[in-house]
Amino acid sequence: MEHMFAKRFFLPLLAAGALLAQHGYTQADVEAGGRLYRTNCSSCHGPNGDLQPGVDLGHGKFRRANSDEEVASIIMKGIPGTGMPPGNFPESQALTIVAYLRSMAASANVTVTAGDPARGKEIFEGKGQCLNCHRVRASGSRVGPDLTDIGTLRRPADLQRSLVDPDAEVLAQNRYYRVLTKDGQTVTGRLLNEDTFSVQMLDTKENLRSFKIADLREHAFMAKSPMPSYKDRLTAAEMSDVIGYLTSLKGF
Amino acid sequence: MKSRFLALFSIAGALSAQILSAQVTFERLLHPEKEPQNWLTYSGSYDSQRHTALREITPANVKNLELQWVFQQRSLEKFEATPLVVDGIMYTTQAPSDVVALDATTGRIFWTWAANVSANSRTCCGKVNRGVAILGDMVYVGTIDGRLVALDAKTGKPVWKVEVAKAEAGYSLMHAPLIVKDKVIMGVAGGEYGIRGFIAAYDAKTGKEAWKFYTIPEPGGKNGNTWAGDSWKHGGASIWVTGSYDPELNLTYWGVGNPGPDWNGDKRAGDNLYSDSVVALNPDTGELKWYYQFTPHDDFDFDSVQVPVLANMDWQGQQRKVMLWGNRNGFFYVLDRTTGQYLLGKPFAKVTWATGLDERGRPMRQANMEPTPEGTLIYPGNLGATNWYSPSYSPETGLFYLSVWDNYYSVYGKTEGEYVEGRLFMGGAPRNVVPLLMQPAPTLARKEEEGYGALRAIDPKTGERKWEFKMTDVTDAGILTTATGLVFSGGRDGNFYALDAKTGALLWKIYLGGPVASGPMSFAVNGRQFIAVNAGTSMYVFAVKQ
Repeated sequence: MEHMFAKRFFLPLLAAGALLAQHGYTQADVEAGGRLYRTNCSSCHGPNGDLQPGVDLGHGKFRRANSDEEVASIIMKGIPGTGMPPGNFPESQALTIVAYLRSMAASANVTVTAGDPARGKEIFEGKGQCLNCHRVRASGSRVGPDLTDIGTLRRPADLQRSLVDPDAEVLAQNRYYRVLTKDGQTVTGRLLNEDTFSVQMLDTKENLRSFKIADLREHAFMAKSPMPSYKDRLTAAEMSDVIGYLTSLKGF
Repeated sequence: MKSRFLALFSIAGALSAQILSAQVTFERLLHPEKEPQNWLTYSGSYDSQRHTALREITPANVKNLELQWVFQQRSLEKFEATPLVVDGIMYTTQAPSDVVALDATTGRIFWTWAANVSANSRTCCGKVNRGVAILGDMVYVGTIDGRLVALDAKTGKPVWKVEVAKAEAGYSLMHAPLIVKDKVIMGVAGGEYGIRGFIAAYDAKTGKEAWKFYTIPEPGGKNGNTWAGDSWKHGGASIWVTGSYDPELNLTYWGVGNPGPDWNGDKRAGDNLYSDSVVALNPDTGELKWYYQFTPHDDFDFDSVQVPVLANMDWQGQQRKVMLWGNRNGFFYVLDRTTGQYLLGKPFAKVTWATGLDERGRPMRQANMEPTPEGTLIYPGNLGATNWYSPSYSPETGLFYLSVWDNYYSVYGKTEGEYVEGRLFMGGAPRNVVPLLMQPAPTLARKEEEGYGALRAIDPKTGERKWEFKMTDVTDAGILTTATGLVFSGGRDGNFYALDAKTGALLWKIYLGGPVASGPMSFAVNGRQFIAVNAGTSMYVFAVKQ
C-alpha cells in the first residue's frame, strides 16, 4: 500500500522515463506491452483503460493489486466470477502489459482535450488532407494506416503525439518499406509480408506488389514516417477537433 | 517537411486514375474472353463453362507440368473453393469463411481476413466455403454463420457486412456470390435444417437488400399449392452453388436444393416447388421468369444445386441458347434457357428410382422405389450420380464433361420427426452398403458393381456418352477444359490428371495425397499459364517447367 501511495504522489513530478527506469522497464517493453494491450485488452477495456465500469487501468490505480507482479498475475489468471478472463501470456509478456499500463499512468497527466468530432471531420477531410494517405471506411487512401477503428485503439494523448511527432511511435504493421530494383525502379509502401526470397507490399500507388529479393538491389524499412507533423499546420483548437473526430471512429 | 508532404499528395492524386483502370468493372465480368489470363468469377465466365482460352499448356507439353507453389489452408475442412485471379493477385477462401489474397506466381500472402465465425453456425456436411466474388475494388464473401461481407480488395478490411440469415436457425452461406451489374447475389444453405430457402440481391456498394426471392412460395402465391399444410415453412430448397447469367436475356439461373425433410415426404404432399429445380430470375428485380423442376416431390435428397452450364449451339437445325445439366438424380438434361423448355433428357448413370422421363421431362417414378422405415435399395445413392462438382463445356469439342458416380446406391431409410429450430430435420438416413472413404486410405474395398467414379464426356445433342475415364474411387472434383484440347480433373483417391478432351486418353497425372474436392482453374501472369487445384487441405499450382 505504501508503495502505491508513493507512486501516486510522485507521479505528476516524474517524467515517464524516470518512472520506467524505476521499474526496470525499457521503452521496448512498453511498446511490446502496448501491442499486446491493443490486441488483447482494448476491445473490453478501451484505449484509455476505463471502458469497464469501476475499472480504470490508465491511472496506476488497481483495486485488486498493488505490485506489478500482482497486476501481471491478474492478467494471466483473470478474475473468477467477473468478465475478466485469464490471458494466455507468460509472465514476461504480462509484465510488458504492466509496463504499458504504468506508462499510460505516467502520461495521464498530459491533458488532451478531444474537441468537436464534426468540425474535426471537416478539417480531417479538408484542410488537413488526411484522406490523401489515410482511409476511413471506404474513403481515402490505403497508403497510410486505416483509421476506421482508431478510436478503439488510441487515446487522445497518443493521437496528439502522432499528429505532432509522427515518428514517435509507428506500429510494426504501419512501418514504411522501400525497395530498389536492379533495373533502377524505386517502390515504397507498406510491407505486408516477407520471406527469405521475396517481399510483398502495398505500394504508394495502392497496388499489391510482390518482389523477388534476387531482383532487388536494396530493400529496407524507411527511417522516417512519411507523415508530416501537424504542429504548425493546425491551430490548437483544430488539432483538438481532429482528435475529437479520431476518437469517435470506433469501426462499424 | 512541406515538400515531402506535397510529394506524397501528388502521388496519391496521380494514382487515382491508375487505380480506376485496375478496377474489376461489370464490363470486365461480362467479357472474360478479353482477358483469359484472369479468372474473374467462380466458374470463369457467366456461362459457367469452366473453360480457359489460354493456350500455353497443350497436349504436347502437359507432361512437363511441375509444381510451382502450395497454399496450405489453415483448416482441416474440405477445401472446396475455386480461387479468382485478377491481374496477378489471387483471392481464395479457407474454411470456414476466411478470405486470403495471394501473389498468384509465388503463393505468398498479401492479407488474410479472419471471419471469426460464430459457434452457433451449423451445417450438415462440413463448414466449407466455395469462393469469393469481386467487383470494383471489393471482394465479397458469404460466411458460414450467415453474413455477407464486402472486403477492400487491397487490404482485406471489411467495408460493409449484412446478416443474410440466422445461423442459429440452420442457415449458412457457402457458395461464391454472383455479381450481376451493381448487385451481389447470394443464396442460403441449410436444407437439412428445415430452413425456407431464398436467393437475395444486395447493393454492391452498401449492402442494402435489393430483392429477395423465396425458393418456396407462400400458400396463396403462385405454385404455393405444391406444399401440403404448413410444410412450406420448413421445406428447405437451399442454395449452395453459384448460379450463371445470360446478359442478352438478362436472366440469372440458379439450381435449388432438396425439399425437407429429405427422406420423408409424407407431410409435404405435392411437387414442392421450387425444390430440385432451376429458376430463371431477373437479376434487377428477383422476378421469376421460368422454372424447370428436375425431381418433383423428391424424397432422395437430390439437390439440383449443380452449376447451370450455358452454351449456344445448333439444335436440330436451329441455333439455340441452351442449358446443359447433369443432375444429381442421374439424368442429363438440355433445356432451352430462354423459355425453360425441356429439349432432351437421358440417364448418365444407373437409375432405378424412375423408369425414364416423359415427353415434357417429368420423371416417371418406379413403383415401390421410395424410402421406407426398413430401407429400400435405390440407385443412385444419397450423394447422387453427380453433385455440386463443376462440369465443363468445351466449345472446341462440343462436349459436356461431367463427374459421375455410377453403380452407386444407398438403402434409403425413413423416420418420423418434428421440426425444431436449429436441429437437423431430415426424416431418415440413407445407408451406404459399402463404405465411402473420405480420404485416400489403404482399404479401397469396393467392387465396380458397388460404385465407382468416372469423368464422362457427353454429346449434348444426343445425351450419348463419347468416352469415359474411370476411377477406382468416387470423385468430388470439378472439371476444367482448355482451348488446346485438355481436360483437367481428379478424384477422391487423391489423383489429379489431364486427359485428351477428344478421346479421354490420360496425358499426365500427379498424386496430391488428398481428395480433389474443388474445380481446377487456370490463369496466367506475365504470359505464363498456371493451373490451380485444391486437394485435401491445400491448393497446388502448376506450370510448364521452364
